[in-house]
Amino acid sequence: MRLALREVALAFRRAPLLAILGVVTIGFSLFAFGLFGLVALNIRTALREVEDRVEIRAFLVEGARDAQVDELMQRMQKNPAVANVGYVSPDSALQRARAELEEFRDVMDGAFLPGSVELRLKDGMRDPATVADLSRRLQTYPVVEEVRYGREWVEKLYRIRNIAALVGTVLGGVFALVAVIIIGSTIRMAILARTREIEIMRLVGATNMFVRLPYLLDGALKGLLGGVLAVAMSWGTATVLAQSLMQTQFFDTTQMMLGIAAGGVLGLLGSWVSVGRHLRQVWRD
Amino acid sequence: MSGILRVANVSKEYPRSGMALRDVSFEMQKGEFVFLVGHSGAGKSTLLKLLTMAERPTTGEVRVSGYSSFSIKPREIPHLRRRLGVVFQDFRLLPDRTAEQNVAFALEVTGTSNAQIGPKVARLLTQVGLASRATAYPHELSGGEQQRVAIARALANDPFLLLADEPTGNLDDRATHAIYLLLREINARGTSVLMATHDVAMIQRAGMRCLELDHGQLVFDGTDIGTLVANMRGRRG
Repeated sequence: MRLALREVALAFRRAPLLAILGVVTIGFSLFAFGLFGLVALNIRTALREVEDRVEIRAFLVEGARDAQVDELMQRMQKNPAVANVGYVSPDSALQRARAELEEFRDVMDGAFLPGSVELRLKDGMRDPATVADLSRRLQTYPVVEEVRYGREWVEKLYRIRNIAALVGTVLGGVFALVAVIIIGSTIRMAILARTREIEIMRLVGATNMFVRLPYLLDGALKGLLGGVLAVAMSWGTATVLAQSLMQTQFFDTTQMMLGIAAGGVLGLLGSWVSVGRHLRQVWRD
Repeated sequence: MSGILRVANVSKEYPRSGMALRDVSFEMQKGEFVFLVGHSGAGKSTLLKLLTMAERPTTGEVRVSGYSSFSIKPREIPHLRRRLGVVFQDFRLLPDRTAEQNVAFALEVTGTSNAQIGPKVARLLTQVGLASRATAYPHELSGGEQQRVAIARALANDPFLLLADEPTGNLDDRATHAIYLLLREINARGTSVLMATHDVAMIQRAGMRCLELDHGQLVFDGTDIGTLVANMRGRRG
């Protein structure tokens, strides 16, 4: 193991440019991945905030009786998707409208606004299907005149999120593949540069693992360093964005560690594949 | 005397170049010194590759030190190789390491402790007569000296059999003779030697057991060097 670590250090010293190139390319691959991750993270946060505001409003018929309204509210309260049920009387609706639309105050004198029942939904129950289902149910009550919930808006939000998830998965996969190929080819170059050494190692009876270990460590280390670089670049980008454009959210410690570890795993994977293929070319057993 | 090496009805066929060995059988006893002769392309190198299990026979069996080509597992091959020493015509030294580092390399990669490596390397270099050139790089050494370093490296793990693939092919007469004497000395200390060569003068002088390969077939196995040389000249026409 100590010899293997020494070999890794030697590999970095012997071909520093190649090593730096490897780390930087991995860094950039993971950085692209990280940027996308940041976008996804911020979309998710924004969505969550927007989702909090998803509510269903059932406007009541004129002259709805209190008993009917109470019954409707109690039934709705029992629904597992509903967090809470509120009632807006015709008077308070008018007051609210006056306060919010001050410039139309004159128009509203003597006007009538219908009372309404407002449903707030629980976390995870704000998807289009549940919302549509609840609205249909509300519509069956005779006391309900009309139901509004911003249907298109809710559906659009979800569509954005689904597209984001899909693009993220595809891009992430492509970048991971690129990182594996890059590490693989730097390892390939390292192996080809040391064909003779490897040949002699095999000849005098070094075990397979002994021959492989330096390259595996080399790949893993480059991956880890690339991961650190990617996190640093993502952080820099996020900071610049936060200062100049808008408030952004950055990864937490666990997510950063996961990113760096992902670099290590990619590096190890790339070198594993490459070492397997090229050692066989150098010496067939 | 006991058998350390057995080659039984071995043939080797390559997909592109065809049959390299045809039905070759012979044995080697402990402590023997055997020459392997034949023109280039006769199958000498192929045979040596089969003996190190770098390749497997197409048919037949190679047995070396209790390992059979039928049943040896990939992870056992390194352990077999530690019991074999191999030297080549082109020395195969690492150019960026000194003579002693080249010898030490064989010990390092087989997990010998650092404390043991230093004294052992010094002893090996003394054995091959190169103690004074320990810190020289290969390009600073003559061909004969480089081959001595390669032999010291081959002996590093105390092999019971030394395989030498035309070790004097790149050397002048004086160096050739010196390397031959060194191999005889190593043999006298108990290590068996199988030496491939096409140096007829050397095998005539040595008068020891010879194996001759011709177009992949073993056409001679014995000590009657006169007959062997006559056969070889006859074939060359």
